[in-house]
Parts: sequence; structure tokens; C-alpha cells
Amino acid sequence: MSAALQNINVTVEHGQREVFCGLTGIVWLHRKMQDAFFLVVGSRTCAHLLQSAAGVMIFSEPRFATAIMQEKDLAGLSDANEELDRIVHRLLERRPDIATLFLVGSCPSEVIKLDLGRAAERLSTAHQGRVRVLNYSGSGIETTFTEGEDACLEAMIKAAPHTDEEQLMVIGALPDIVEDQFDRLFDSTGIRVAATKVAYFPPRRAAQIPAIGPNTKFILAQPFLNATRRAMIEKGANHVPALFPFGVNGTQAWLYAAADAVGVDRADVDTATAAPIARARKALEHYKPVLEGKRLWFMPDSQLELPLARFMHEECGMQILEVGVPYLDRKTMSEELKVLPENARIVEGQDVDKQLDRLRNEAPDLTVCGLGIANPLEGEGLSTKWSIELVFSPVHGFDQAGDLAELFARPLSRRQKLSV
Amino acid sequence: MELSLWTYEGPPHVGAMRVATSMKDVHYVLHAPQGDTYADLLFTMIERNNRRPPVTYTTFQARDLGGDTAGLLKDSIRDAYERFKPQALMVGESCTAELIQDQPGSLANGMGIPVPVVPLELPSYSKKENWGASESFYYLVRHVLAHESTQLAQKDETTSDASGTRRPSANLLGPTSLGFRCRDDIVEISKLLNSIGVDVNVVAPLDATTNDLRRIPEADFNISLYPETSRTLCTWLERTFKQPTIKTVPIGVNATLAFISEIEALTGIDAGDIKDKEQSRLPWYSRSVDSNYLTGKRVFVFGDGTHAITAARIARDELGFNVVGLGTFSREMAKDVRAVAKEFGLDALISDDYLEVEKHIEELHPELVLGTQMERHIAKRLGLPCAVISTPIHVQDVPARYSPQMGFEGANVIFDTWVHPLLMGLEEHLLHMFRDDFEFNDDATPSHLQGSEGGSTSKPTAPEVTEQPVMADAVAEHESAGLSAGAIVQHDAMPATGAAVAADGESHWDPDAQKELKKIPFFVRGKAKRNTENFARLRGDALITIDTLYDAKAHYAR
Repeated sequence: MSAALQNINVTVEHGQREVFCGLTGIVWLHRKMQDAFFLVVGSRTCAHLLQSAAGVMIFSEPRFATAIMQEKDLAGLSDANEELDRIVHRLLERRPDIATLFLVGSCPSEVIKLDLGRAAERLSTAHQGRVRVLNYSGSGIETTFTEGEDACLEAMIKAAPHTDEEQLMVIGALPDIVEDQFDRLFDSTGIRVAATKVAYFPPRRAAQIPAIGPNTKFILAQPFLNATRRAMIEKGANHVPALFPFGVNGTQAWLYAAADAVGVDRADVDTATAAPIARARKALEHYKPVLEGKRLWFMPDSQLELPLARFMHEECGMQILEVGVPYLDRKTMSEELKVLPENARIVEGQDVDKQLDRLRNEAPDLTVCGLGIANPLEGEGLSTKWSIELVFSPVHGFDQAGDLAELFARPLSRRQKLSV
Repeated sequence: MELSLWTYEGPPHVGAMRVATSMKDVHYVLHAPQGDTYADLLFTMIERNNRRPPVTYTTFQARDLGGDTAGLLKDSIRDAYERFKPQALMVGESCTAELIQDQPGSLANGMGIPVPVVPLELPSYSKKENWGASESFYYLVRHVLAHESTQLAQKDETTSDASGTRRPSANLLGPTSLGFRCRDDIVEISKLLNSIGVDVNVVAPLDATTNDLRRIPEADFNISLYPETSRTLCTWLERTFKQPTIKTVPIGVNATLAFISEIEALTGIDAGDIKDKEQSRLPWYSRSVDSNYLTGKRVFVFGDGTHAITAARIARDELGFNVVGLGTFSREMAKDVRAVAKEFGLDALISDDYLEVEKHIEELHPELVLGTQMERHIAKRLGLPCAVISTPIHVQDVPARYSPQMGFEGANVIFDTWVHPLLMGLEEHLLHMFRDDFEFNDDATPSHLQGSEGGSTSKPTAPEVTEQPVMADAVAEHESAGLSAGAIVQHDAMPATGAAVAADGESHWDPDAQKELKKIPFFVRGKAKRNTENFARLRGDALITIDTLYDAKAHYAR
């Protein structure tokens, strides 16, 4: 641990949390893995959350659903298991296109201790050769927002076959376009050749879980994958710690770390990335005048807060007031913590009313927050940026650095334009 | 267990949130895990509320479960009272907390909170949102009235001086946050009541204070404006305070007239000119020659009980449509909807299964769908015109402009919103009809650009320029719904071609029959094609001939 790490000022708060639960991850995971179906075993609240978070209801049959527990399911667990089997059989009959079914635990299913692990085994056997059934928990009593993806990926890794092959794995769901950009960089830097093979996790098809083993090196593309990181290590894989690939500096450091791990010269990385970096810097220049010197506040939400605060400070010149994080995993965040602005206040956990008191008191120029808080703050005259957009939009890598800055600049320039 | 893809209603505690958020000085402490805070965004995003819903969630976590969740709950109640100083405190639990049985209601009762404490027990595993709203509203009013026994004593005094000159007064009960157009309905109905000589005593729960609730017994009668949320309370007020209830929901011209008559009968007031139906433009617009094309349009109606019933009546009696299906997602309103459906010679569809509703619409092939946001998406996919008449709503159902559903202005709004999707449909057919004419072919310069001065700079070479205005609208609409461009193409192409193979590949069109089909006027061609194909399928004909076409025409004649 460096000296800088000890200077990091972390306050822990307990109180009302204003965050999504892990079920929300289904909204992007089901789109990433198009052969997978996510069946939440829960209540009407879970179903309502999912459709509210998904925003628009445009599909007749989305690849996610909720098995809503009724009064009688609570009476006896054996009945609940029978009911679940019945629903899964019916679902699989209707949807022959499903290759992987995720049973997703919820608060009520966890509280009544419905064993979805055993249910998954039972159903996998019953539908052998046709569909693989996995399970994880997205419950709000155990997971916060993006931790749902962490739990899902962990379950997939535990089901991964073994290999002794050399490979580099990039972990964390990314938009396909970002994966394709990274692919080109892995080619041009020579990282792919040196690594023998580069694989992305989660794969685009859930049925194709890549094999993992002692010659697997992995680098995280998302900052919320703590359980996934531990599951990889248990499979014998080696973690390559790095900054997360947001902004020019983050992406460059991320590629350097990958290059170092597979024995590629950093000079080769510099040569291959010179053009994309120049392009990204040019795009950033565009938004700097709006962002520079402005005071930024993060409410706890997706775990992207720390790397984004680093990017907005280092590369866009914003002043960081408070960075709220739902939880802080010092191992996953090790590199980020080293480069955070010294005076930024990090608050782990949440007591939303007290946090809003502090916020009103300091009146930041821009607050990154969830949808439940954004309009109330706007109503008080404070500019906000919806944090959920940062999770749903492509924001990683050199070619998205400008887009990322633009997401922060837009509310500020809008306020300048409006005269109503 | 019940498999659910999309749900029409949230859990019952969301109904309680709607009541708490409607009120100005009520706070709701909800024993619930962290994810349940998602419900805030329904209010701040769909309705664009500029304040947070007055809800404190205990947000317990797994590690709290072994410990003292009841302690956490008590702290939350105390903190919430201290911070927000509400005039009444609702206390309840969500589905997960219901399982751990901390009994928030009785805990809160023993805490010496000096304002009315309303314990809510809303069974999440058997009941839903509207029921939750109704119960919460009922218990809120009961507890507030019980708490202020002095107010009850005053009731006798206020009624005793009411003889003679005083105008009769009414409470408007039931409008809530996240209801369908409640904000504007209460303005419209208040205006109407005022014009016929009735004072509005209290509107609740929307924008009411706890003190307003205390004045509810002072009114001469209650208006159960949204039975989904107000019926239980009105029944109790009738029993307890002998306040009669006006039960007609004034949506549509006829219902508005019936509403006025019901008030006249109750109060002895003569509403006079106010009863002139021509105060709404709907009657004349509907009689005007232009509306002839609305005759017999086949309409499918689905929504909450109140809006579905009123919509069906308007559709049949005020627009001359043919109601081919009527249903509701609300079990509580099933009886009412069934009775009305019977009047229409229909079996009501009582279901909250989105796929079942979709199947019905597909089978019925209506020309217009009147439904919720769910049916709007179904209709969009099936290429059917649609207007939204009921919750569940989305952000576009909370328009900036004044757009009530109730009263005479409400009828105007309804005429426009139902007829416009049909007009758009007609325009689209026109485009297809003229697509092959020489003036409108893909390479032709639009007539309005020919010879114009600006023609040299605008260079109208884009082939799709003739269709631009309509397509631009369509694209904007689809984009707002998050649909892909692919969906537009599919939707657009559907009625266009008289392809030789039926959509399902079962029956084939004989070339002569196909030629004959093209002679059929454009605005019924799509339907004729579909009907003929259905008819051929019924008869098991593999080849559709001219005879099949006319046999089908006779078969479906109405």
C-alpha cells in the first residue's frame, strides 16, 4: 500500500440507501447474452422494478420474467419448488431458443431460503442436453445495482471448464462496439499475439462459457466485479491489476498493464495508441471549457464513481467534492485509489438524507445521481447527470472518452442555453 | 407462482406511496430492502415530480436479518418524524419485510408519535397497487378523523347552520399521483361543480393536507371520482357520516350529463344551461359528415375498470364505433366490467396476463385499440392505431398541456386523442395508394418544390422526399418509444403489398384474384386481404380465387 492510499479519506455511513438492487443488471445482461433467459424468483415488486428500470416495454416477450410468489408458495417450500419446476417447464416449452436459463434469487426468495442452487441442479438434470440452468442472487438484501452482474458472472465462472491454454481474459460486460475497438487495439499493440488468445467475459452467447485455468490472465473492464475476481483466482487465473479503461489515462494504463502481463513492450503500445490517443485528446478539448473548474459530486450508485471521478478530475479539470460509493473493495480499486485527487471525500455506504444535506450545503455545479433524486435536485436549481446512462452507454476506451466527457458537459451547457 | 413478463400494477405498497406522495404533509415509513427505492423514480421520472416522494425506506440488508431489524425500523420512524415533521405518518412494509414480521404498525403505535400514525397491512403476495392505494387512503382518513375527536364534535355545529342560503358542498375523492390525468380532471370537475352551484369542500388525496382530511365530514356529499381508490372510503363515509355518494364517473358527454343529473337529484339544484351537451365539441364533431368514416370502426378497449367502462360507452354511443372487446386487468373491478360487457353482448376479458391480452387483440383484429401503455406497445407491433386511456402510464401520458378526461373539455380531449390515430392511419393508406402514380413516384420532385425560387438551393433529389413529413413523424414516434428502425419498416410494409403468399404461407393468391384485390379501395384493401386469407384458412383453401375473395366479402359483411 502506497502512502497515497493511507491519505485517502474514507467515511463510512449507515442509513437509508437510495440505490437499485442487483436485479437491475438483467436489463443489460440479457441483451449482452442473447441466448440467455433470466427468470427472477420473487415478488410483484421485483417484476415492477425490472420493467421500471427497463424504461420502455417494447418486446412482446422479453428474455426475462418474474416467477411471482403467491401466498401458497410461502406456506411450504416443497410446494414452492414444485411450482418453480412447473413454471420453468412451461417457459422452456414456449421458448425453444433458450440455451441458458438463469434462476435469479430475490429478497423474498432469500428470506424464505428457497434453495435456487439445488433447483438449478435439478432443472439442469431434467432438461439435460437442452438447456443449462445456472443461478445467482440479485436480491437487494445482498447486492447493490451492478453487483448483480458480479453475481451472474461469478456463477458462470464457477461453471466454466478447465484449460491449461495461455490466454488473456477481459472481464465485465461491455457493449459489442467497445469489444471490437479493444480487439483492434489488442491486434495493433501485439497483445493478442503475445497472449496467444484474448477472450471476453461474459461471452456474447451464454452457452459458450470460455474455459479457465492457471495460464489464464485476466484484467477487469468494470470496477464492480469483486466476487468475479475471487472466483477467477479460485480457478487458478491470475489477476492483472490496472486502472479501469475510462478516459485516455485509464485506457492507456489498462493497456500497459495488459502489455506488461503478456510481455509486450510499452513502446509498442505507445506506437499503436498514438493516433487514437490524439483523437481522444482532441475530442476532450471540445468539452473542457464547459467542465474545467466545475465542482462535481457523485451519489453512490454503480461503483463507476471512483474511476469516473479520477477521469473527470485528471482529464477534464473538474473539482471533486464528494464521491459516494455503495461499498469499497480496496483490492479491486487498488490502482484507482492511488491516483484519486487528494482532497476528494470518499463516502462508503449511504445515509441519503444526511448526504443530501451536505450536498445542498456545498451546492455542486453537477451531481451524478440516480433517477429518483435527479429531478428533485433539478427542482432546487442543481444540475444533475443521470448515473444510469453511464452504465447503459458505451463509455470505455479511447474512442468513447469524448462521449463520456460530453455526458457530463451536456447538463451544464444546457443550463447555459436555456433562458426559461 | 405466476409467470409474469410485464405487470399492469405494482405491489400494494406502491399504491400506498401514491397516496402519501399525493398528500402535502404525510410521510410514509416503509420497512423494505434497498432495491425497493426504485419506486421513487416512478414519481420523479414519469410524473416529473420535483420533490422526492415522502418515503423513508429502512433498507435493511442480509446482515441485519439475524439482528435487530425492528430496532432499525424504530430508528427510521423516529428519524423520519424528526426530520420531516409530517402531520400524519403512514407505516408499512414491502413484500420482503412482510416475511420477517416486525409488525411495523404496532411498533410505531407504541412510540408516542404525536401525530396520527396509520399502520398499513397490505398483503403483497395476494394484492396489488390499486387495492393498496384504496386501503391506504381509507385508513389514512379514518385514522386522521379518529385522532382529532374534537373535529368530529364540530361536525354537528357546521351542519346545523347550513340551512337556507349556503351552497351545497362536495368532496372530490380518489385522484392520486400517477393516476390517469387526475391533475387536470380535478380542475375540470371543480369548474363544473362551481358552475352548477356546488362548492368543492375537499379534494383528496391529491394535493390535500391532513387538515383538509379533517374537513371531509363537513361536506354534504362525496363524489367517488376514481372508484379504484375512493370506493371503500366513500362507502365508509356514507355509513359513518350519512354522506351520500355520487357514483357516476363523468368521462364522456353522456356520463357528464348523467353526473350533473345525479347531483341535481341529490341537491335539488337545477343546473339549467350547464346541461347543454353542446358545451363540448364532441357531439357536433361526431355528427359532422367528416366523422362518417368512424362508423362501425372495430374497437378493443382495455384498462382499469373505470376508464375501460367509460371508454366503451363513449366509443359506442358518442363516436359510433363497434366495441369488439372489453376488459380490465383489475380483479376488484371485474364485476362492474363484466356487467357492462354483457350490455355490449361481449364476454369481458379479466386478465393481468399481458400475453393473453395480446392474443385477444391479435384474434380480434380491431381497427383501434384503446388501452394502457401495454396495449400501446401491442398495437404498435401489430400496426394498429392506439390511444392510451388508462394507467399504467408513461411519461408521454403526463402532457404539459391541459388535457383532462372528465367533463365537457375531457370529451373534447378524448375526441382528438382517439380520432387522430385513425386519421394518421388514413394518411398512411393514401401514401400507399398514390405511391405508384406518376406524380408521386419515387423519382418525382414534390409538386410544392417545383418551380419554387428555393428549388435551386434545396436540390430535392432524395427519393423519399415525398413521404418525408409523415415518415419523419413516424420515426420520431418510434424513436421516442425506443424502437429500432427495423420495426418501422416492418410496420410500414405490412398493409402495402398484395403478395402472392399469405403471411403464414398457407394460402396463395391466384393472379386474377390479386388484380381484383388491387381494385378494392385502398382504405379497406388491407382488411379485405386479411379477411380473405382468414376465410381461405377457415375453409382450408390453398388457392385464393376471385370467388374466394367475394365469398369472404359476403361472409364478413356487416
